[in-house]
Amino acid sequence: MTVQTWTYILVGITFTLYIGIAIWSRAGSTKEFYVAGGGVSPLANGMATAADWMSAASFISMAGIIAFAGYDGSVYLMGWTGGYVLLALLLAPYLRKFGKFTVPDFIGDRYYSKTARIVAVICALIVSFTYVAGQMRGVGLVFSRFLEVDIDTGVIIGMIIVLFYAVLGGMKGITYTQVAQYCVLIFAFMVPAIFISIQMTGNPIPQLGMGSTLNDGSGVYLLDKLDGLSTELGFTEYTNGSKSMTDVFMITLALMVGTAGLPHVIVRFFTVKRVKDARKSAGWALLLIAILYTTAPAVSVFARTNLIDTVSNQEYSKMPEWFKTWEKTKLISFDDKNGDGRIQYVADATKNELTVDRDIMVLANPEIAKLPAWVIALVAAGALAAALSTAAGLLLVISSSVSHDLIKKVFNPNISDKGELMAARLSAVVAVVIAGYFGINPPGFVAAVVALAFGLAAASFFPAIVLGIFYKKMNKEGAIAGMVIGISLMLFYMLKFKFGIFDGGKTIVASLQKDWWFGISPEGFGSVAMLVNFAVSILIMQFTPAPPKNVQEIVEDIRIPSGAGEAVDH
Amino acid sequence: MSDKQQKATAYWKENVRYLFMLLIIWFVVSYGAGILFKDALDTFQIGGFKLGFWFAQQGSIYVFVVLIFVYVRLMNKLDKKYGYNE
Repeated sequence: MTVQTWTYILVGITFTLYIGIAIWSRAGSTKEFYVAGGGVSPLANGMATAADWMSAASFISMAGIIAFAGYDGSVYLMGWTGGYVLLALLLAPYLRKFGKFTVPDFIGDRYYSKTARIVAVICALIVSFTYVAGQMRGVGLVFSRFLEVDIDTGVIIGMIIVLFYAVLGGMKGITYTQVAQYCVLIFAFMVPAIFISIQMTGNPIPQLGMGSTLNDGSGVYLLDKLDGLSTELGFTEYTNGSKSMTDVFMITLALMVGTAGLPHVIVRFFTVKRVKDARKSAGWALLLIAILYTTAPAVSVFARTNLIDTVSNQEYSKMPEWFKTWEKTKLISFDDKNGDGRIQYVADATKNELTVDRDIMVLANPEIAKLPAWVIALVAAGALAAALSTAAGLLLVISSSVSHDLIKKVFNPNISDKGELMAARLSAVVAVVIAGYFGINPPGFVAAVVALAFGLAAASFFPAIVLGIFYKKMNKEGAIAGMVIGISLMLFYMLKFKFGIFDGGKTIVASLQKDWWFGISPEGFGSVAMLVNFAVSILIMQFTPAPPKNVQEIVEDIRIPSGAGEAVDH
Repeated sequence: MSDKQQKATAYWKENVRYLFMLLIIWFVVSYGAGILFKDALDTFQIGGFKLGFWFAQQGSIYVFVVLIFVYVRLMNKLDKKYGYNE
């Protein structure tokens, strides 16, 4: 059977499964819609959190980015896992004890202020929309390559599927679909990695294979070979980066804190029964995420070595089948500058003849390693599972922000449960359509904006929530000022140094690099904005009235784990 | 201060002490071993891995997972000690 037939079969089976689960677990009340009724087991919640968290970026792009960035790619590995330690220790148990539906709920109640709630809603919407557009694009990419439909048709098919189970099932439907999606995506990621690890090193565990000797009897370590090849072609040594230490430090911190501050991840901890379940499910989530995150850097090493071995200084006419298929998508291209018919793949831009889009490394890897057709199709199904599960989680945050935080809490407090559920479903529909629009007409800066989402979450939510729990005297004036100044500073820095809007547009962004504050890139600036947020909050607090007694009592109460009860709406 | 409040304050103090301990380890394995002292650690090698590179791309993640499960255990014990378990 061909790859395409296999893809139709596997994608068909998994999609039927997701829709079946959605029908079986559809939501009947707002509580089921927002927090799945509050009775999800820690392991199931861990799996759902892992699928929610691991997006098209983790599944498709991350290993590819690391393959080309080497050590510098570590920022994603440490940043996107280390954030769970912060989440588990500093946020999840207390937010669960607090027992509401959304992150703006916490901010609004803890800081006894509608303004604080609205600021939080706006931050949640900005973060979630920027993120979801990238997911829709991922869905389109997979469809266009493996099912050979038009990329726009791919986005529309993805929209319909997500619409179906997010709107029908709410958090309950999403949770159980995500459990299935986790299984699909981890299986799809591991199978090719294990195959390739055996092929290249003889070790079936990719995490160990990465540090083993090559299978060709030479006794050379794989990483040493790759370091050698990289230097030979003029690239930086794979195990050494080219970014400054300060920047690596700051980007890692921004990604960690941003991860802990992402509303669609935090909200998952509202779905378990007790505080101790929230702690435990954070542990499960990270364990399940770590399986992929420790395999990804191994995949990167395998893919980069394989790529160099296959193309470097080889004749273009003798390139294998996969090279031609990906050339059609324009994600790989060859320009014979010196006219010798061979592919020169080197660091020097004037001599380099090969451009490879880093997003294709994971998708093309099984083909490069000549694995059977069903494995290649499996990767397509896994990538779709990763993109759809994250998109659904984000859409839920968007719809609950609108129906619960805005309509119910600000505009129309008397709305009935049924009316609120209807509003939640309608806003999910609108959100899917907007996300789909951005998927079809991506603003050229989707990738850049996803990085922005982390910076924004780090600069806004994280300090407000942490201070809300650990600093009883923190008041609304301090928290609001901190959030507003933190997020504005971050937006300013990104617009200035990522989009160059104050100095003449995107084309001159590279020349602004020398003006970076303290040599910190826009990706890492979230850390600075976060520190500024903390400082501003604490400073303003000194000169403004302390929070009322009942709010201080709330803080004392959330620090005690017992008596969490179920998430309630009061 | 009432007994109940005293108990809550003592519980919170112990909790914060655990957090400090665990977060110091969290910082040392990632920012310390994986970034600040990466070059020094790279002079050591286990198998094909330079040690600093290994911490950045593998080791820190394993430690993170262990940290959360240790935290779960510590807190479950602490909850029991103060009668907050359920």
